[in-house]
Amino acid sequence: MANTFDVVILGGGPAGYVAAIRAAQLGMTVAVVEREKLGGVCVNIGCIPTKALLHSAYIANLLKESKDFGIEVGSVKTDYGVAMKRSRRVSEQNSKGVEFLMKKHKVTVVKGSGVLQPGKKVKVGGDVYEAKKAVVIATGSRVKGIPQIGLEINKTTVISSDEALLMERIPASLAIVGAGAVGMEFADIFNAFGVKVTLIEALPRILPLEDAEASDAVGKSYRKRGIEVIAGAKVTKATPAKDKVTLDVEAGGEKKSIAVDAVLMAAGRAVNTENIGLAECGIQVTDRGFIKVDKTLQTSAAGYYAIGDVAGPPMLAHKGSREGMFVAEVLAGQKPHAIKYDNVPSVTYCHPEVASIGLSEDQCKERKLDYVAGKFPFSANGRARGTGETEGFVKILRDKKYGEILGAHIVGGHASEIIHELAVARENEYTVEEIELAIHAHPTMSEAVAEAALDSLGRVIHT
Amino acid sequence: MATKVHMEALSPTMEEGRLVKWTKREGEAVKTGDTLAEVETDKAVMELVARADGQLIKVMVAEGTTVPVGNVVAYIGAPGEKVDGDAAPAPAAPKPSAVGPQPPVAPTPASPAPVAALADATRVKASPLAKRIAKDTGVDLARLQGSGPGGRVVKRDLEGAPAASVARAAVPAPVIARSGAAYDDVPLTQIRKTIAKRLAASLGPIPHFFLTTEVDMERAAEARDALNKQLGDQGKVSFNDIVIKAVATALTKHRACNAWFQEDHIRYWNEVHIGMAVAVEDGLITPVIRDADRKSLTEIGTEARELAQRARNRRLKPEEYTGASFSVSNLGMFDIDQFTAVINPPEAGIVAVGSIVAKPVAEGSQVVVRRRLRLTMSCDHRVIDGATGAQFLKTLKQMLENPLAMLL
Repeated sequence: MANTFDVVILGGGPAGYVAAIRAAQLGMTVAVVEREKLGGVCVNIGCIPTKALLHSAYIANLLKESKDFGIEVGSVKTDYGVAMKRSRRVSEQNSKGVEFLMKKHKVTVVKGSGVLQPGKKVKVGGDVYEAKKAVVIATGSRVKGIPQIGLEINKTTVISSDEALLMERIPASLAIVGAGAVGMEFADIFNAFGVKVTLIEALPRILPLEDAEASDAVGKSYRKRGIEVIAGAKVTKATPAKDKVTLDVEAGGEKKSIAVDAVLMAAGRAVNTENIGLAECGIQVTDRGFIKVDKTLQTSAAGYYAIGDVAGPPMLAHKGSREGMFVAEVLAGQKPHAIKYDNVPSVTYCHPEVASIGLSEDQCKERKLDYVAGKFPFSANGRARGTGETEGFVKILRDKKYGEILGAHIVGGHASEIIHELAVARENEYTVEEIELAIHAHPTMSEAVAEAALDSLGRVIHT
Repeated sequence: MATKVHMEALSPTMEEGRLVKWTKREGEAVKTGDTLAEVETDKAVMELVARADGQLIKVMVAEGTTVPVGNVVAYIGAPGEKVDGDAAPAPAAPKPSAVGPQPPVAPTPASPAPVAALADATRVKASPLAKRIAKDTGVDLARLQGSGPGGRVVKRDLEGAPAASVARAAVPAPVIARSGAAYDDVPLTQIRKTIAKRLAASLGPIPHFFLTTEVDMERAAEARDALNKQLGDQGKVSFNDIVIKAVATALTKHRACNAWFQEDHIRYWNEVHIGMAVAVEDGLITPVIRDADRKSLTEIGTEARELAQRARNRRLKPEEYTGASFSVSNLGMFDIDQFTAVINPPEAGIVAVGSIVAKPVAEGSQVVVRRRLRLTMSCDHRVIDGATGAQFLKTLKQMLENPLAMLL
């Protein structure tokens, strides 16, 4: 019976490992099956190493302007290989950290590819691990290519973030297909390291899920830095050669051909649901390929739960982690607070950063909501002037009658950190008035949040 | 080294707290933030939480013990760890049992402070947004079952239900409509929960006994008519006002009935504060007429009507419905001849007032028609004995039968 646990979790990413810790905290015995490194895409080839590289990019850009601040450094030389190696060390530390947490909580980590079997079992190689309470599926997702138009990931000229994160040397020119969070962040990184970047987005604007004003602000900043941004563009054909790719692009009724050294695919992710035994266990998937779950995240097969990317959008680490905690508490017989899927912050760590929560202004219009927008530019914020981070703004959309915060959008330095004030506010149903009433320290970027709230009430002070 | 657990000041005015119940036992693992014990403060029963992780290695204070703020009540530390020798147990605490893991238990049953329970009834947990919507739509948040953390009322609890139907959701229709379902399941509202808890804490543990007397109200009625004529449109005196005034005045002569039972002591009040049971939609509440013995009939009348109105609108402040020394419950307006009322702890008595009924009574050898009123007093036998209650009731009867006696 050594292979019997209360809970067996398939996948050790941010959803799976957090579920494991929470379940262990609640007194359950837990096994995590992971075929690669603990921490999943997030820690190893996603969130964490990209943040390390983005900081290298930030420093490069900062040094180019340092003369204004009274600091001269001569010519700035960048080396992607060095930055990449540093990012690997950061990832390695984080993965080790997860390993430590597993040990600390006495979670058994099984290395290998797991396959679900009926009877709440997971087969790994020749061994079978049995769950007394439940099997939790947290297999995550991976980058997908678009083979239909010739953009199949070949890992040399057509690459994904996986390869981009491990490159020693960078191409002279790069086309990035897809201007969501991943495409935007790599455009930022490679531009700072001197690559000629062309950013191609099929939808009418970059960062299509963000508020239109956020897209505009970042678009302007990117163009200023020499990134070519083509939105509303369709790649009709791609012709990869040995050391270059030619893309046929249609945008605004015009056709043009773009020749680049490499193409980075950042147009969506595919969930890892193949060959893990879903059908054999009677676990159904949705039309879009996600695993079908109920309100308690249980799949169509009793005793099998799904969390993280495989359980549906948004495909974000923090959403998966929350589901991990939730499912562990469900398994412990608790009634956890329901996850508010409309209150998951979304962050793109490009420069300037973009962070948002709730509805965009267009969504408010589509839903015919009676709303008021309040906005405050960082150019009018003392702290932002001091640090030279005057790009961007805070925008709050509030319900006209009751002041409910329908959505909030921040573009600017540290937007990723500032957004949480609004996440807490929305989670607790504070209105713009509670935001405004809380005294914000001066001088801080966060003052712009209070000012945007005031602006929505027609009482802005500093503009 | 073990961490001391102190009796904390859980309210700004708290000087001591009674340890009602240990929720963790000696030997149990505790984490920062875990509730260790329930503590009764001057205002409410509150939770004493752990400020350290470890094991509750020693409990220094028995349940039921009152401890000054700042005294050590327990230790948290590593399993097997010895606690400091210098930390003597709180003065009133018996020696902790060394035999088993059970902390010593005081023999008296713990009952929550009435103030706390009443506070529950009116303090509604709701998000700022829910409060705004409720204010605008007129929904009574106290009637809603909150679905947020800890039963907090959030926006979705108010959604899809206009004010009227939200109110109906928690209150059964006054008449039976023989259509549709055989029954309606209505969740308990906060006030109904509190009533259930408090009244079960009354008729169960409190040894009630009941005394009934019949009062001739002819002279009181005459006096009332004369007063009302004199007042004209400057106000009206009701029988209820007269009863409250008479009860208050009678209590000044029978302090033994103007008292609170307090677990280990009886508090005899020197002031007379009359709680007046008022039926509100979905429950009842007892606003308090303070110093009723010193107030005139018209003052009592004005105050009683004003409090009752605000009680029905749920606009009473906590201090307006707490702290009564004795209560009066009147169902006369519903043609109830006589009934027994349930004591509102910690008060020791309540007088139930029936309706004034004209009936034949023997006066000497003659049968005459008189307006009569039946009063029933419920007594907490732990405070009031049969004879004590009877004497009070006799005084009350005399005062009502001879209203001028109230002036004595």
